[in-house]
Amino acid sequence: MKKIAVISGKGGTGKTMITGALATLAKGDLVFADCDVDAANLELLFEHEIETTEAYRGMQVADIDQDLCIQCGNCEEYCRFGAIEYRDERFYVDPVKCEGCAVCTLVCPADATAMKDRESGKIFYSRTDRGPLAHARLDPGSGTSGLLVSEVKKRVNERAGNRDLLITDGPPGIGCPLIATVTGMDAVLIVTEPSTSGLHDLGRVVKVARNFGVDIFVAINKYNLEESVAARIEKYCEDEGIPVVGRIPFDPMVIEAIRNRTPVTAYDCPAADALREMWETLASRLERG
Amino acid sequence: MKIVVASGKGGTGKSTFSANFAWSISRGRDVVLVDCDVEEPNLHLFFSAGKSESGVTMPIPVFDTGKCDFCGKCGEFCRYGAIAVLPEKIMFFDDLCHSCGGCRIICPKEAISETERVIGKVWDAPVDEHLRLITGVLDEGEPNGIPVIKAAKEAAEGNDLVIYDASPGTACPVIETIEGSDYVVLVTESTPFGLHDLRLAAEVVRKLCIPAGVVINRSDGEDDETEAFCREAGLDIHMKIPFDREIARLQSRGDLFSVAMPEWQERFFELFEDICIRTGGAP
Amino acid sequence: MKMCITAKGDTPDAQVEERFGRAPFFIFHESEQDTYTAETNVFADAAGGVGPRSAQVLIDHGATVLITGQLGGNARRALEGAGIEVYQAVTGSTVREAVTAYRENRLNRIL
Repeated sequence: MKKIAVISGKGGTGKTMITGALATLAKGDLVFADCDVDAANLELLFEHEIETTEAYRGMQVADIDQDLCIQCGNCEEYCRFGAIEYRDERFYVDPVKCEGCAVCTLVCPADATAMKDRESGKIFYSRTDRGPLAHARLDPGSGTSGLLVSEVKKRVNERAGNRDLLITDGPPGIGCPLIATVTGMDAVLIVTEPSTSGLHDLGRVVKVARNFGVDIFVAINKYNLEESVAARIEKYCEDEGIPVVGRIPFDPMVIEAIRNRTPVTAYDCPAADALREMWETLASRLERG
Repeated sequence: MKIVVASGKGGTGKSTFSANFAWSISRGRDVVLVDCDVEEPNLHLFFSAGKSESGVTMPIPVFDTGKCDFCGKCGEFCRYGAIAVLPEKIMFFDDLCHSCGGCRIICPKEAISETERVIGKVWDAPVDEHLRLITGVLDEGEPNGIPVIKAAKEAAEGNDLVIYDASPGTACPVIETIEGSDYVVLVTESTPFGLHDLRLAAEVVRKLCIPAGVVINRSDGEDDETEAFCREAGLDIHMKIPFDREIARLQSRGDLFSVAMPEWQERFFELFEDICIRTGGAP
Repeated sequence: MKMCITAKGDTPDAQVEERFGRAPFFIFHESEQDTYTAETNVFADAAGGVGPRSAQVLIDHGATVLITGQLGGNARRALEGAGIEVYQAVTGSTVREAVTAYRENRLNRIL
């Protein structure tokens, strides 16, 4: 099975739109994973039926047993995250601020503090027309986590069977969730857009992807909105030896398609043509790779 | 008064809004604008001004291998995997450390002390006599931006009107930015993706009990679904910024569209006055 | 010599796991006695810092060779610091096959 992840340094570049298009263009049996766990949007493009829902447990959280607490205030004094609150003559843990370090359990003389599991999101496994989809949702206020990404990938690998292609919608940024996404992939498609910040973030994400020995491809979305910056991106890619496999024009049909919850490739429009061309280039390169 | 500009989704034009909003208000009164999007701060790209810089640090452990007997208790305690104990060597991973101080407490040999490590900086730039821009910058490769956000917020303390540009999403850094503010402006775009993430952001401000309103960016007039959600959630839509190639072009070159299009300067100021009325503050 | 192989299951016939820190099992192989011992990786589902924490497990067991798939940056540093040699297994091979390939010098050394 070939494994490709669609990623981007900057948010809002059209990563999910392109992932959706790839899913409709690819031949053969697919599985897909939405690893953009902070803002999982891939499910909005495909009719899906959730088959299983599991709780996701991230970092543990401290808890104070009020019956054992002797009100010494050690936990509040030593907590560096301001997660212990004193109100109504009692100490409480603010679960949003608690980073799960367990220092309070070290300094409590009364054994009143303990670390507890907490649910910080959900992992779903769904069925779509184009194949099984693993996706997840992190609760608002929970830290981003490579672990949740790994859990989503684990679900999808369990069900991959003999399918031909795994398509992954990755998270923006270059942190832990991205690294967890790229691990184990054959190739990454980096989606960028012609703006100064787009070019800047492309450079950062390429640096990270290089560490994983994956094939790197670039797609420039809305390339004709600012052609001078698009030309700088092309130059950067040429210097780095990275193939630009897609140049997708700005096209109002893209937003129309998203509103209709349909991949844009279902329409006859310039963006869809460009995406088809991109997929052909990408498919032949993946085949060779 | 403290106003936060936030968005559930990246790339909605939140920074463009913040920069134009703050600049327009500053034509009528003093404003401090704080860039709390410390992973990708870019408000400074809109303004040219000389700046002063101060470092942001966090404490990390230092191991005295003369006192250490390599018992391994610190590594065992650390829930972030920041310490590996070899038979005659300690390895410390500073990018995994959360500065909780636990290793120092648990060490039976008192072999651990602390030092400060630089993880980012705060820039302070007087744009002109009415607008000051404070920017939090997290160094590349650093995973935890919270201390930098705290430092940037502190630098703006004591001013009558502060506008904070939060990072996208609904994770810890956004909560850190929103906490203690008087009003939140949620910037969204009218696609199902934008709406999906607006729902999450609206949930956060509702939980934190902070009044909020919505700005729809790049609107093409088909905003029915977003409008329906806002009605249901009790969020007023303050403003729609249309999709406009001229605005897009000005923005990708790092220009403020409210400078080139003065009618927008008035609209942004009216929005500010509206927020003042809602929060009971004086403009 | 003691080596560690990351595995999807707890027997020598299990497939090699390509992730290091999040491998479900570590299988330790003693080359002199030709024995295999499996240990559940308690950090497989930990929220963070799994690379160095898993490296600590190898250090504590006194393993000097690791056969796995891919390494993150922190795991690499920890293993390098501990002087553990790391080899990349062929995708889809079993633990036993990986050990044989190692003996016959057929594995790619990545650290």
